[in-house]
Amino acid sequence: MEKIGILIEIKDGELKKTNFGVIAAARDDCHELYAFLLDGSGAEFKSHLAYYGVQKIIDISSTEGPLEWNPVSWSIAIIHAMEHLGINTLLGLTSSQGKELLPRIAAYLDAPLVMDCTDINLTEHTVNKSQFSGKTIATIKANGLSYIYGIRPNAFEEKPAPCEAEVIPYQTGPESEGLIVKEIKQGASKGIDLSEADIIISGGRGMKSSENFRILFEFADVIGAAVGASRVAVDAEWVPYSMQVGQTGATVSPKVYIACGISGSVQHFAGMKTSGLIVAVNTDPEANITKNCDYYIVSDLFEIVPILTRQIKEIVGEDQLTGTK
Amino acid sequence: MKICVCVKHVPDSAAKITIKGKNQFDESINFILNPYDEHAVEEAVRVKKQVGDSEVIAVSVGKKDAINTLRSALAMGADRAILIKTNIRADSVITSRALKAAIGQDGKPDIIFTGKASIDNEGFQTMYRLAAALNMSVASNVIAFSLDQERVLVECEMEADARGIIDMPLPCVIGTSKGLNKPSYPTLPAIMKAKKKEVKIIDLESLAIEKPMSSIEILELKPAVEERSSKELKGQPEEVVMQLIRVLREEAKVL
Repeated sequence: MEKIGILIEIKDGELKKTNFGVIAAARDDCHELYAFLLDGSGAEFKSHLAYYGVQKIIDISSTEGPLEWNPVSWSIAIIHAMEHLGINTLLGLTSSQGKELLPRIAAYLDAPLVMDCTDINLTEHTVNKSQFSGKTIATIKANGLSYIYGIRPNAFEEKPAPCEAEVIPYQTGPESEGLIVKEIKQGASKGIDLSEADIIISGGRGMKSSENFRILFEFADVIGAAVGASRVAVDAEWVPYSMQVGQTGATVSPKVYIACGISGSVQHFAGMKTSGLIVAVNTDPEANITKNCDYYIVSDLFEIVPILTRQIKEIVGEDQLTGTK
Repeated sequence: MKICVCVKHVPDSAAKITIKGKNQFDESINFILNPYDEHAVEEAVRVKKQVGDSEVIAVSVGKKDAINTLRSALAMGADRAILIKTNIRADSVITSRALKAAIGQDGKPDIIFTGKASIDNEGFQTMYRLAAALNMSVASNVIAFSLDQERVLVECEMEADARGIIDMPLPCVIGTSKGLNKPSYPTLPAIMKAKKKEVKIIDLESLAIEKPMSSIEILELKPAVEERSSKELKGQPEEVVMQLIRVLREEAKVL
């Protein structure tokens, strides 16, 4: 039975739901799944992780207590735990944290690493990932003595597979080689991250100003969506770069992507083409996005979005009253 | 101060990728300086001006045409360049070893800047491998950078607009993100001047890199299938919104 390590991510004290897709990607009848948690929450999430098929929960801490966030000491702790347990395959999310930790681990181990995998075969050591701004899908073989993979958030569907889980504490020495995390500044835009959201509503040139993004935030608040933007809107400084979807911004795969006033350049598609459903609202029926989406509405977004927000608010309100949701 | 900038010659994001054979593509398309590396060059030149008495060296691993990308970096203000020439499509393991060897031959730098990812392979890892090989500290996704004598202070993008404030000793490797600066487009005189700057060409083979134990092999390239039916929802605003809500509820099941 091969042991597979999974780097679990916690956000604001909760298990990110995209973790479950990574667990699904790692699961196989002949694999034993080891979840790595580094913030001292291993015992707390035991039943959640067991429900998705994790057999061993490795609760990593330092000899001085819980590990404070530091990408160097976290990476070294994970490597020590992998070596201690005889694990040579590690999966994680291609998230901000995954992009910090997985390459560091791969570099220290001199192991092959493929980020943003959309399909995986752990026996053959092959994965699929998009390249060239999403224009091609490459099948890649990793050769080495250990293997590290970053999974694209939402690329795999979560699949429950209840089992018994055991929590194993693992202590490592506190180490950091020169790099000090002085502070973490929380951003102005609180709420759901683009890579985590089931629904994203994005604005482009058609938004015309920074203030107008308010109508997208109002929609997002009602339905629990994240707000994104095209490069044009970011370059015009209407919204911060952290909201940019596309080639030089975030790559996202929500269930629904609603593009408002976005023409749909190749570079924008690079960041959102693997979305479940793409909906476009644009006044121009010839805009590129209307040729490559699932549904489009040729109309003024300033008219459509507020109506959509109001109608969804009514539905959500009814559901809450009748207790169906 | 000695500052290196690692840059990559990549297909223009607007170019059409035509697959050749099983795992190759037609390379007779427009190639550019990797957009994230523009921020790396810009920052290196800015630091040079700030510190004074410094040199910026642009380094690339690529085919002979990658010299064009090095010329772009020179036009943006780099002083000289090194091309590590190879005909293979080097993976990040080979690339980082090649960079280490060439940079080592040239003399150890104080800072190495490079973009946080290349837009062709999107591997997000070469800077980490290079830092490990050179035994330097590394931070990527950097959107603010400052020098304080023997240490650097950077801000790194984290999730949902949060920023990690990191303090590291020199020498170090910095992976630059888009928010760091606004690259200036070179002027015509700068482009002319860049043509006269030194570009040293080294064959990858001559660096005699030991064959690594790990590698990435592209078995197959396929075009990404794009089949979306693009149906128009028609009617008065209230009606189209009702249709859209039905789609969100029944098809996407998000309501």
